[in-house]
Amino acid sequence: MKKYIDTGKKDTRSGFGAGLTELGRTNPNVVALCADLVGSLKMDDFIKENPERFFQVGIAEANMMGLAAGMTIGGKIPFTGTFANFSTGRVYDQIRQSIAYSGKNVKICASHAGITLGEDGATHQILEDIGLMKMLPGMTVINPCDFNQTKAATLAIAEHEGPVYLRFGRPAVANFTPEDQKFEIGKALQLTEGTDVTIIATGHLVWEALLAAEALEAKGISAEVINIHTIKPLDDAAILASVAKTGCVVTCEEHNFLGGLGESVSRVLVKNNPVPQEFVATNDTFGESGTPAQLMEKYGLNNKAIEEAVVKVLKRK
Amino acid sequence: MPDTQQLNDLVIQVRRDILRMVHKVNSGHPGGSLGCTEFFVALYNEIMELNEEFDMDGIGEDLFFLSNGHISPVYYSVLARKGYFPVEELNTFRLINSRLQGHPTTHEGLPGVRIASGSLGQGMSVALGAAEAKKLNNDNHIVYSLHGDGELQEGQNWEAIMYASAKKVDNIIATVDLNGKQIDGATDDVLPMGSVKAKFEAFGWDVLEVEQGNDLEAIIAGLKEAKTRTGKGKPVCILLHTEMGNGVDFMMHTHAWHGKAPNDEQLAIALEQNPETLGDY
Repeated sequence: MKKYIDTGKKDTRSGFGAGLTELGRTNPNVVALCADLVGSLKMDDFIKENPERFFQVGIAEANMMGLAAGMTIGGKIPFTGTFANFSTGRVYDQIRQSIAYSGKNVKICASHAGITLGEDGATHQILEDIGLMKMLPGMTVINPCDFNQTKAATLAIAEHEGPVYLRFGRPAVANFTPEDQKFEIGKALQLTEGTDVTIIATGHLVWEALLAAEALEAKGISAEVINIHTIKPLDDAAILASVAKTGCVVTCEEHNFLGGLGESVSRVLVKNNPVPQEFVATNDTFGESGTPAQLMEKYGLNNKAIEEAVVKVLKRK
Repeated sequence: MPDTQQLNDLVIQVRRDILRMVHKVNSGHPGGSLGCTEFFVALYNEIMELNEEFDMDGIGEDLFFLSNGHISPVYYSVLARKGYFPVEELNTFRLINSRLQGHPTTHEGLPGVRIASGSLGQGMSVALGAAEAKKLNNDNHIVYSLHGDGELQEGQNWEAIMYASAKKVDNIIATVDLNGKQIDGATDDVLPMGSVKAKFEAFGWDVLEVEQGNDLEAIIAGLKEAKTRTGKGKPVCILLHTEMGNGVDFMMHTHAWHGKAPNDEQLAIALEQNPETLGDY
């Protein structure tokens, strides 16, 4: 099995910040907006280098989404920055009408997604955002797995015409994507080859899936790990090609099983090749305070949970 | 001096368009549309600097955003009669496969429209964003917007109003249609807002009032005055006192025609009060 090396733990939000800084230097149309969370979103370098292209809107996310929609009229490419909760649920109607329905080229960049935001608790952890965003017609939904991939995704979405939801997180996690890997929107990445089970993961759970695959290999189970960084549009072909070999699937996401990646995968399977599927996801629940590791353990989102799900799905084959 | 006869003719024709559009599909919002007819006619024909061809970015021209999208009939009529799309297309208002949706949208590619509106309270933010983009582009043109008074009950407006003065967005002229009415009744009964003028001023805007909001000359004078106040570090607001349903006697002095279409008999009476000037579509 192909091995991946953690080159040092880094937060995905810093990957976004690094990407935004680079865009500031290379794309004069990129502008950034933030609702009082500059430090959390790692936007400082962009602001330092491009003060005229940065808009601090204060704690007013609805206004931020409308401003961003308006700025596209005149050719700007706005990147909005706040927590995932305040990037989606709080401003759903603004995104729906002024951005998605209006077809505006806004990049909604959402940090602190999922349960690994940790100690702040459920008011700030959102486990419903993928569902909210993927339901909007025309919205692209991306959840990269590590620092390097988040940076690459940030660069890629500036080149993509249309609204994008880019989801990333707070904790430092393994950084294993090659630094020079180009990000292709909608193109799944097969990380390991396997024959017994397909593990489809997104975001922070991709590394957990790799850890699980390694442990499974030691037990004689061959797992094919696929990194689905783009949840919409979904790479149906990659999923089906893998499932044709393995005959079963485990989907892994830091999100409610309702409305998340797993359900999108189920739709593809049921229409084309119905095979057993297990879900590593939160079970229709809010989160709570705790360290990221404790929460991943308690809510069944770590490599151990993935392993257990694989054992379960193999029995159903 | 503007040719007020010509503009008056246009006002009457636009009223006829509004009435015939909503009558045909037995739905839509004639009250607010009629109340703002003179404003739209003045803005598009006497005030705004517009490019020949429509494109989404609108660089090198003034822009307009309609926040209270339900008054789409007046918007569509004025855009069509300005030449943005064929006047005959008004026939398709609210019908299936039409570009003239119940509320304005960019989704069907109707020239002249740059944002979807209908869910209230969002247009101020969008207009401010477009104004910020103009500043970044060193484009010296003005962004106009229109808002209902009832619409100011939506909180997003106040986020935007606060932002505009804090960030000195002084290339915007936001007009509030102060007709004092909303679906459920008088704004003073539904949710009294106190002095809208005092509120905008407290938020740092330069506010001017047009008391005769259905008088073409008063509107044009107000808009010209507002224009002279742009570029001075403050966003500019016009409080336009209008009469909902203006130009049709039985639709005035009531909120009843906010979102109700006239029947055949009512249409005939309303059209009689506004005889054809420039030709019906």
